[in-house]
Amino acid sequence: MGNITLSGVRKSFADLEIIKGVDLEIAEREFVVFVGPSGSGKSTLLRLVAGLESVSDGGIEIDGRDVTDVRPSRRGLAMVFQSYALYPHMSVRNNMAFGLKMAKTPKDEIERKVNEAAHTLQLEPYLERKPRALSGGQRQRVAIGRAIVRDPTAFLFDEPLSNLDAALRVQMRLEIARLRQHLDATMVYVTHDQVEAMTLADKIVVLRDGAVEQVGSPLTLYHHPVNKFVAGFIGSPTMNFLDATVRSADASGVQVELGADNALHIPVEASATGRDQSVIVGVRPEHLLLGGEGADARIAAQVQVVEHLGGVTYVYVRIADGTMMTVEAPGDTDVKVDERVEIGLVGAACHVFDRSEQSFRHLTHNPLTGA
Amino acid sequence: MHNREMMARAAWGTVAWLVALVMFFPIYWMLITSFKTEGAAIATPPTFLPVHPTLENYAAVQARSNYVLFAWNSIVVAFGSTGLGLVVAVPAAWAMAFIPSKRTRGTLLWMLSTKMLPPVGVLVPIYLLFRDWGLLDTRIGLVMVVMLMNLPIVIWMLYTYFKEIPRDILESARMEGAGLWQELLYILLPISLGGIASTVLLTIILAWNESFWSLNLTASDAAPLTAFIASYSSPEGLFWAKLSAASTLAIAPILILGWFSQKQLVRGLTFGAVK
Repeated sequence: MGNITLSGVRKSFADLEIIKGVDLEIAEREFVVFVGPSGSGKSTLLRLVAGLESVSDGGIEIDGRDVTDVRPSRRGLAMVFQSYALYPHMSVRNNMAFGLKMAKTPKDEIERKVNEAAHTLQLEPYLERKPRALSGGQRQRVAIGRAIVRDPTAFLFDEPLSNLDAALRVQMRLEIARLRQHLDATMVYVTHDQVEAMTLADKIVVLRDGAVEQVGSPLTLYHHPVNKFVAGFIGSPTMNFLDATVRSADASGVQVELGADNALHIPVEASATGRDQSVIVGVRPEHLLLGGEGADARIAAQVQVVEHLGGVTYVYVRIADGTMMTVEAPGDTDVKVDERVEIGLVGAACHVFDRSEQSFRHLTHNPLTGA
Repeated sequence: MHNREMMARAAWGTVAWLVALVMFFPIYWMLITSFKTEGAAIATPPTFLPVHPTLENYAAVQARSNYVLFAWNSIVVAFGSTGLGLVVAVPAAWAMAFIPSKRTRGTLLWMLSTKMLPPVGVLVPIYLLFRDWGLLDTRIGLVMVVMLMNLPIVIWMLYTYFKEIPRDILESARMEGAGLWQELLYILLPISLGGIASTVLLTIILAWNESFWSLNLTASDAAPLTAFIASYSSPEGLFWAKLSAASTLAIAPILILGWFSQKQLVRGLTFGAVK
């Protein structure tokens, strides 16, 4: 139970098209995360699944039943809102019981389910309190509890953690991950935070301007982004991009030139590539080598900013053509601002994008290990 | 510094007391006149305290007209029009607050603009309609017309309160299986109870004090207390003491209601202004 299918879903507000034709298959018990920058339509897409907005075109099925024109109250889904949306005039107990009361569940069963959920979420001491007497994290747990008691076909989360402070956000993220194993239900989760997406998802759906850019597991998106947008969105800090020119291409990959006399071999599918074609090389901060030891190619750079995080150091450098790059280095790295350094690139860890920002396919499943 | 603050407070306090006195004086004057004899009521110079307090005016008023009937009509009109108004206004305000369309703003302004029309402008058509439909001097007729008169204000006030409610809360109820009526009944109304109470109080007061339509559309059967007061300015001349006694009787219930609910009333009327 909990299989959701979207086919050709479109949504317009007045003359503005927000969702531009989305096809998506969500399997039962899958944890799917919609991720994208603000304005990408991820929340709208979730609200379409919920039924809080009606589709302009296309259809939605839940477990094989066409729910396109079914009211939200009849879709059997539960939603956790960013603002928690607790009923301010009801106690925590009544907040959690409301959905069951609407479903005319017998009193003793309501009692049992609410107590059970309160136990799971450690809310027992607060059952008689009003929401305003709770902290942000507790309110969030009540909102989740309210969803759990109803035993829904699927849970919908609309940026549930973005109102919490950083420490609490990490803690609640873990709780959601734990809950997920405990519940075995389909979950659809919207966030703009790619870390939440990477850590929670079985499947990430990257959205931009109302269209799906890529669907895949977190590691697929990390290693095989289909275009520059996905490559830049997934991973933190964000990927570095360098202008380059193709020197030659064969079955083993492309030979690109980064600036003067600096050649690098990158193992990507490059049959359609012509000589002298201008491309973009992408490389993540964690795959750059400060100092350049053991690298396939080196670039000279000047240090602009150094951030010591303890475990790692982020070094922000400027290269000859003015491009800024981020390099992840060990925690004890000792570099100074304005210092001249060499940045090393490893061909296997690089991505290549053509001028229309589409990615060249990697030849290996995990480019880092070559497996 | 401390001293200046004290001075400022004292000055504002004095001003507030003066304003309150000016506003209260007519009511006080009405009250003491109602306990004077007709002779004392028109004496010059007037006395500021009743010299020989008497209840004869109240007795006369009670003997001449049936206060209870007028009071009952006022109650029916005030509560009836308010109740009926809510039945129309709650769904209307809900729709405008939570599913606004392109024309919602325009509709709201248009409704308010009807309040700028002098009622006398539509007296003839309404009178003729009432005559043809047999609604003249009926309570139901007066309830309808007072309800319609207050409706724009009721919808505006409720709209403002509903606008303050996060939509997420209603959507959450919808997700949890609540139908339209359950959403209104279990979520919207309890959350906006304070605002609704203020609206109810205000419309009851407005309906209670309404005199234009009462005087023009009722005669005896459905006449409320405003008509009762007016009947004491008779062709034989003014009887100040009796008129005061009648007025005191007419405003007493609403004054008491207002006194007990002033906290709610003040909060309601300043809602949105001070957040």
